[in-house]
Amino acid sequence: MGVGIKVEGLNAWFGKHQALFGINMDILPNRATAIIGPSGCGKSTFVRCLNRLHETNPDARADGKVQVKDMDIYGAGVAPVDVRRRVGMVFQKPNPFPSMTIYDNVAAGLKLNGFRNRKKLDEIVEKSLRSSALWDEVKDDLRKKSGASLSGGQQQRLCIARALAVEPDVLLMDEPASALDPISTAKIEDLIFELKENYTVVIVTHNMQQAARVAEFTAFFLMGKLIEFDKTEKIFTTPSDKRTEDYITGRFG
Amino acid sequence: MLNASPTLQWHRKFADRLATSLAVLCVLLVMLPLAAIFIYLVIRGIGSLDLAFFTQAPKPVGETGGGMANAIVGSGIVLGVGSVIGVPLGVGAGVYLSEYSRGQFGKLVRFTADVLNGVPSIVIGIAVYALLVLHQHYSAFAGGVALGIMMIPTITRSTEEMLRLVPNAIREAALGLGIPQWRSTLSITLRTATSGVLTGIMLAFARVSGETAPLLFTALGNTFWSTKLDQPIAALPLQIYVYANSPYDDWHRLAWAGAFVLIALIVVTSASVRWIASRGFVGGVQ
Amino acid sequence: MSVAQPQQPTGSALPGTVGAGVSAVSRRSSRASRIADAVFYGLVWLCAACVVAIVGFILLQLIKGSDLALAKFGWKFFTGSDWDPVNGSFGAVPFIYGTLVSSLVALVIAIPLSLGVAIFITEMCPRGLRGILSYLTELLAAIPSVIYGLWAIFVLVPLIMRYFGPALEKTLGWTGLFRGPVQGFCMFTAGVVLSIMIIPIISSITREILTAVPHQQREAALALGATRWEMIRVGVLRNARAGISGAIILGLGRALGETMAVTMVIGNSPQIVKSLFAPAYTMASVIANEFSEATYDLYTSALIEIGLALFIVTIIVNILAQVLIWTVTRGTPRRASA
Repeated sequence: MGVGIKVEGLNAWFGKHQALFGINMDILPNRATAIIGPSGCGKSTFVRCLNRLHETNPDARADGKVQVKDMDIYGAGVAPVDVRRRVGMVFQKPNPFPSMTIYDNVAAGLKLNGFRNRKKLDEIVEKSLRSSALWDEVKDDLRKKSGASLSGGQQQRLCIARALAVEPDVLLMDEPASALDPISTAKIEDLIFELKENYTVVIVTHNMQQAARVAEFTAFFLMGKLIEFDKTEKIFTTPSDKRTEDYITGRFG
Repeated sequence: MLNASPTLQWHRKFADRLATSLAVLCVLLVMLPLAAIFIYLVIRGIGSLDLAFFTQAPKPVGETGGGMANAIVGSGIVLGVGSVIGVPLGVGAGVYLSEYSRGQFGKLVRFTADVLNGVPSIVIGIAVYALLVLHQHYSAFAGGVALGIMMIPTITRSTEEMLRLVPNAIREAALGLGIPQWRSTLSITLRTATSGVLTGIMLAFARVSGETAPLLFTALGNTFWSTKLDQPIAALPLQIYVYANSPYDDWHRLAWAGAFVLIALIVVTSASVRWIASRGFVGGVQ
Repeated sequence: MSVAQPQQPTGSALPGTVGAGVSAVSRRSSRASRIADAVFYGLVWLCAACVVAIVGFILLQLIKGSDLALAKFGWKFFTGSDWDPVNGSFGAVPFIYGTLVSSLVALVIAIPLSLGVAIFITEMCPRGLRGILSYLTELLAAIPSVIYGLWAIFVLVPLIMRYFGPALEKTLGWTGLFRGPVQGFCMFTAGVVLSIMIIPIISSITREILTAVPHQQREAALALGATRWEMIRVGVLRNARAGISGAIILGLGRALGETMAVTMVIGNSPQIVKSLFAPAYTMASVIANEFSEATYDLYTSALIEIGLALFIVTIIVNILAQVLIWTVTRGTPRRASA
């Protein structure tokens, strides 16, 4: 079910300020790829370009080629709405819809895409909540509790379920655990292991140990450029670039 | 990936475009009366302005000509009285709320200020009538009191907000220098927030300058020249009201002229407020 | 209209201490400044107390003034529909009806327009236009009521009599609401003018509410592949429901108390007729028109009682609105409203 992403010559700007410089990257399917780097290096910007969320910032734009399966998401005539159906996202701060129940939160994306069949919805909601390891904790309160009444870790898993419900090809995660406590973080990391089987995961993290734990591949960004992209093992043991080594060993960042 | 039918996708796009078009339509519909009012004011108003308008009192019924000079002056007097009452009370209350209030009383003051803001102006007129007119007579002073009361909530609110924008560091610096609290509040905190407080006052002034209802049974209006505080006095909005309701064409002409002058005053005041605010001195923090 | 929020004072309440040094001079001036501090505090406290006192005073005057009518009619004042000053019988129902219906008409017109404008400015508008559009909407709020009335008499009334009235009569006359003859000075015209006057309030508060919705909610909807309108529906409007209701109720409060423009176009006839094209009378209008002409005490008292009712109703409505708005904007710093 997972697909790869081929990034060619991706540039991004905030107004006049260029944030990404000619990124080239081959993200393999059914793997987790971690994006690491110091604050301001462009890792969030990069990931937000993958689902064309970057351009929703005022004065922001991007160009280049990003091939997701059969679609160049920056191609002529491609609507961002279609891109975002295939490339889902989970944000740093959990953002469930507070005015909706847990059920409605998960079903939100489905309803937008025209799913009205009650039985089908129920199925997919359950499947998504199971995939995000939240089902057992909320199965009795699906329609009773609001999305915002859960704990931080649960809210984030709810957001993951919501993203998974529309069956994206790729799941982008922008520092998904940075606002959570260690136990919830561990749960999310376990989740990523399971998600890899069906999805391609790209995870931004400022926590190098997390990258080492969950990702097969790691990309190191610095000042808007992709410095090094390789197997996680290699990046953390024998990095090719000195800058990577300096960051890994904590000399800066 | 979720299989979504092309028809549905088309529907979604259509709904999106429709929503945008409707929103634009709403904007146009709302701008329409705005444009219409201003156009009429300019066309009918400017045409009716002449020197007599600004220098003469109204002529007796049936005669053409005359002006609203007494109403303009009268408005000035009533607004003056109103400001003398409303500004100190409003600023004082605002200072209290920002610098001194704790607990329940402060909440009560804020609450009543907001209540006062929502009281229909005609009701305020009744209350002032009962106090000042019932056992005496209609007077400019009563009109001023009514307007002053209406200015208070706006001035209190904006003064408090502007004072709160002044950083605490400034207050502490003053206290650290041994300046007494009252001095610091007046000369330093209030001084820093001057532009902001001033804009609040001007806004209240602009809002109240067009009020008619509270003057109906306080200042009453006057077709003659009068500047006495204890007599009925003419006011621009009052005069416009009387003339608009009258059956005489010439008075209608004067009503439009008066309306034009009134709106011009309000627009100029509001524009000055915006200009002062945009210069970045609001709150003293540039 | 501002929203009351609990806040702590920013100034400290330290007494005025003058630096180190224990000279007699500093002791004397220290005492003098303590007195000055107390006086200053007393003065500003007095100002604040005046605000409270004024509202209490207004209520008091209204109650005192209505005592004659209260004593004579009791509750029947609000159930009787006969307003006959000549014969001394006073029933307020026609005015309550007029006030409610004209406000309702105003809301029906103003709500969709205000929301449309607010949504456009906050969510759809190119950034350059935002300032101009919001300025123009605020400009509508700056126009005094009497000028609205003047314009309505000479522009709106003929328009309704000649075009809109007959058109509405043809299309919607079957409802009974738009039956002719189309009098220009009628409930409908008053409703239209009122709607123009309350649009700026509803739209500006709604704009504040919409802006207060965190952008993460918008992104959450977008990330699911929502179109812009769907994002607005799911990510913004749903979260803003309470606040928008508050904005609408605030507009209602303003419409209930509006006097001059309504008085000039509503026809001033105390009757209850189904058709919106018939003249009517509101609580504020009857006070405005008849107060100075009230020749005897009971008459005046009846009018003041109407004023009292208006006072109480608008207070309740405004409080309700504030509570609703506060639930959405609580926690978000309020921008100074200019």
